[in-house]
Amino acid sequence: MSNFETTIGLEVHVEMKTNSKLLSPSPVHFGSEPNENANAIDFGYPGVLPVANKGAIEFGMRVAMALHADITPFIRWDRKNYFYPDNPKAYQTTQSQTPIGTNGYIDITLDDGTVKRIGITEMHVEEDAGKNTHGTDGYSYVDLNRQGTPLIEIVSEPDLSSPEEAKAYLEQLRKVVQFTGVSDVKMQEGQMRADVNVSLRPYGSDTYGTKVEMKNINSFNYVYNALAFEEKRQARVLMSGGTIRQETRRYDEPTKSTILMRVKEGADDYRYFPEPDLAPIAISQDWIAEVAQSLPESANDRRQRYVSELGIEQYDADVLTQTMEMADFYDQAVTSGGEPKRVANYLIGDVNAYLNKNQVELPDTQLTPEHLAGMVKLIEDGTISTKQAKKVFEAIMVGEDPAEYAHQHGLVQLSDPAQLTPIINEILDNNPQSIEDFKGGKDRAVGFLIGQIMKATKGQANPGVVNKILMQALNER
Amino acid sequence: MTMNYFDHDLTSLHQQLVNKETTATELVQATLDNIKATDDQLNAFITTNPESALEAAKALDKAGQFDNALAGIPLGLKDNMATKGIQTSAASRILKDFKPVYTATAVDKLNAAGAISVGKANMDEFAMGGSTETSYYKTTTNAWDHTKVPGGSSGGSAAAVAGGQVPFALGSDTGGSIRQPAAFNGIVGMKPTYGRVSRWGLFAMASSLDQIGPFTRTVKDNALVLNTISGHDQRDSTSATREVPDFTSKLTGDVKGLRIAVPKEYFGEGIDERVSVTVRAAIAQLEALGATVDEVSLPHTKYGVAAYYIIMSSEASSNLQRYDGVKYGFRADDVKNLEDLYVKTRSEGFGDEVKRRIMLGTFSLSAGAYDAFFKKAAKIRTLIIEDFNKVFEDYDVIVGPTAPTVAYGIGEEIDDPTAMYLADVLTIPVNLAGLPGMSVNAGFVDNLPVGLQIIGKPFDESTVYQTGYAFEQASRLFEKKPDIAKEY
Repeated sequence: MSNFETTIGLEVHVEMKTNSKLLSPSPVHFGSEPNENANAIDFGYPGVLPVANKGAIEFGMRVAMALHADITPFIRWDRKNYFYPDNPKAYQTTQSQTPIGTNGYIDITLDDGTVKRIGITEMHVEEDAGKNTHGTDGYSYVDLNRQGTPLIEIVSEPDLSSPEEAKAYLEQLRKVVQFTGVSDVKMQEGQMRADVNVSLRPYGSDTYGTKVEMKNINSFNYVYNALAFEEKRQARVLMSGGTIRQETRRYDEPTKSTILMRVKEGADDYRYFPEPDLAPIAISQDWIAEVAQSLPESANDRRQRYVSELGIEQYDADVLTQTMEMADFYDQAVTSGGEPKRVANYLIGDVNAYLNKNQVELPDTQLTPEHLAGMVKLIEDGTISTKQAKKVFEAIMVGEDPAEYAHQHGLVQLSDPAQLTPIINEILDNNPQSIEDFKGGKDRAVGFLIGQIMKATKGQANPGVVNKILMQALNER
Repeated sequence: MTMNYFDHDLTSLHQQLVNKETTATELVQATLDNIKATDDQLNAFITTNPESALEAAKALDKAGQFDNALAGIPLGLKDNMATKGIQTSAASRILKDFKPVYTATAVDKLNAAGAISVGKANMDEFAMGGSTETSYYKTTTNAWDHTKVPGGSSGGSAAAVAGGQVPFALGSDTGGSIRQPAAFNGIVGMKPTYGRVSRWGLFAMASSLDQIGPFTRTVKDNALVLNTISGHDQRDSTSATREVPDFTSKLTGDVKGLRIAVPKEYFGEGIDERVSVTVRAAIAQLEALGATVDEVSLPHTKYGVAAYYIIMSSEASSNLQRYDGVKYGFRADDVKNLEDLYVKTRSEGFGDEVKRRIMLGTFSLSAGAYDAFFKKAAKIRTLIIEDFNKVFEDYDVIVGPTAPTVAYGIGEEIDDPTAMYLADVLTIPVNLAGLPGMSVNAGFVDNLPVGLQIIGKPFDESTVYQTGYAFEQASRLFEKKPDIAKEY
């Protein structure tokens, strides 16, 4: 590998979670019956006209802002023409000439801790295609539910030079996009997919090698494996004196290899031209400012805030800002009055362990930020012990209210000195020998007495409070 | 029982309905009978919908509300406007038996006003043509001479009105498809400003040029119909948001002080001398009524046809890709694979002229040709717009002939596409610039009508109507009837 330098560029498509489609009022929803979410516009019936979804444009602006891109002040739409059954108008509405954002970047942190800046050429809003499926009955079926779902396509500069960097870029991009609130970026639902371009060239060469393209990969690991395979394959071809053809390949997971789909002879001609059915859109500074207001706090900003304002350790703040779901959850729990450090510890420790053990995501559980905050408050004010909290935690994970649960199940610490003092005095009265032992310097006696007190209170006495009252009483005797 | 619409304009019909001298049911039945009586000569309609039309008429009669100027009045629609549940084929085989699940906005507005469509009029296939001869279904004839073409592409709508079958009809105009058949049939045809009427439900040929407009026998009728169908539509983002005036407001007959521009290029090479003479006489009449008339120049007129045929065919090639046999409409039998399905469906489903334009457009947009063709055509379009803007700094309307000739014989030109395309030279620039343009009858040559075209500033249809009305009222040409009028 050492003879060649790898050049990777990524085109990433992210489905945006608008309520309706980019050009029609049909709902955007995953998992419906085939063609349930497709109307006459999505079907490309004659005489129908598109109307651009303002929300999708604003989402596009959010992503452009989060990627530090310049927002194009005047956008118009273009048609990309090609025939395919999942493309009912036989053109895709996109922004080839006036992408919503240009000239952005993203910073990725490499394994050795260095930060590398990856350029982003442009990002544009466009519509997704439907889905073709081939039935076992010899027929092909078209489902247009996905047709018209707004996408943002993010095109990187060829700044990535290894599969590791490509994976780090995708992870960071996923995070940045997720924190704009425009997409849940669920990989398994195809909400983020990457087209990968990779080429090799001898070190020192000032021209890029011929690139190979792999389309629509929806797993970071697959992207990594595909690139790792391609690096080796292309190096082997070049080392043996061969040439790389411009071709489209497909990643095959079972063999962890790439398979030739077709050799490209010249560029495809999509006959792009300005979409005459849609009016162009001017993006004013006022509009940009308005959208900037609605842009949620980025992962970076949140992490810094957790450290500086809430006193959270850097590492913990990192973990809390891995996903927007976690960070939002954390913020809400703290807003609901949960002590920040203890809430963080629970999320990073017990909650994460629960999610891993049960193989679920945070939103799939019944846990609410209010319940977590409520349990933390019970611990903080001494109502329950951390030991009792273990049972309460199990309860709130299945939707129970922490205070109610603790009271109903007797998981309440006895912390009131007015209640504890008579009990302690009685036990001291009944155990004069222990008082003697204590006075004689035998500390063991204290442990025995506490044990008696706990027994008398069925374990509900607050050990801290008991200790304090007991020591005072012993010293007074 | 037929109805002689030659003697009744929309205002008169409205009055009769209000006074209960007639009913909507009688009018609709009479209109259907008119079509029955004369359509073997005119071939104006592809489809009629007697049941739903009579049903609508009966409901209206029962309610007895004829407040709206168009309530209870029958009409015809060009077959490229979507009508829910009624075949809308754009005169193409590829949409044979296609019944939309939605209705065009312009039609919806007429329905809401109580007007009643009785059928779908013949046209050139997908509005591609100037003679209504490219229809897959039939060849419509000229109302004045059944051996002549009615013009096109809205030939069915024009012949139906000129032949007295219906009081009014809607057509669409991409490069002259309302004005030229109006001229050939001696009636009034208005192509409004681009964006004035919603295109929702209009089967697109060229999205940046298409516009729906009315055919009527008189200017006032035309203004009344445009009043009803205009306005912004949330479903068409290219429809204009500006307010719709009352288009009848300037119909006084007065044109004193109106500044009329006459482009010298509109009387140049290729224009039939007898057409020129007739149109010049009409202009002289406007001058006699008190308008000022000056000759002006629109220097880029000669590039209009070339630019138009590139832009129109480019947009059309893309717009017509959706007809692929997968989702609706005609699908070829006996296909082996996906590509075969596409190729056979489109080869069998489209006629020659449609294929010609798809190929021209596909070529103009292709990577190697885009700059020299599509991009250059777009630049010419800008120059043509600037030509008009300059003239409109000093003038209120521009007038000239609508078409270079009167109606020609059926079959005479159909095999010479270039000659057909060149015949659009006087109407095309108006579409490229998005302006309102109207044709009114200017007189006759060999008993065939000649069209006077009146072009206005953007969204100034009112002044176009003002000019047309003054001429029409002075010339009274609309009183002359074709022989077919004797059938009613």
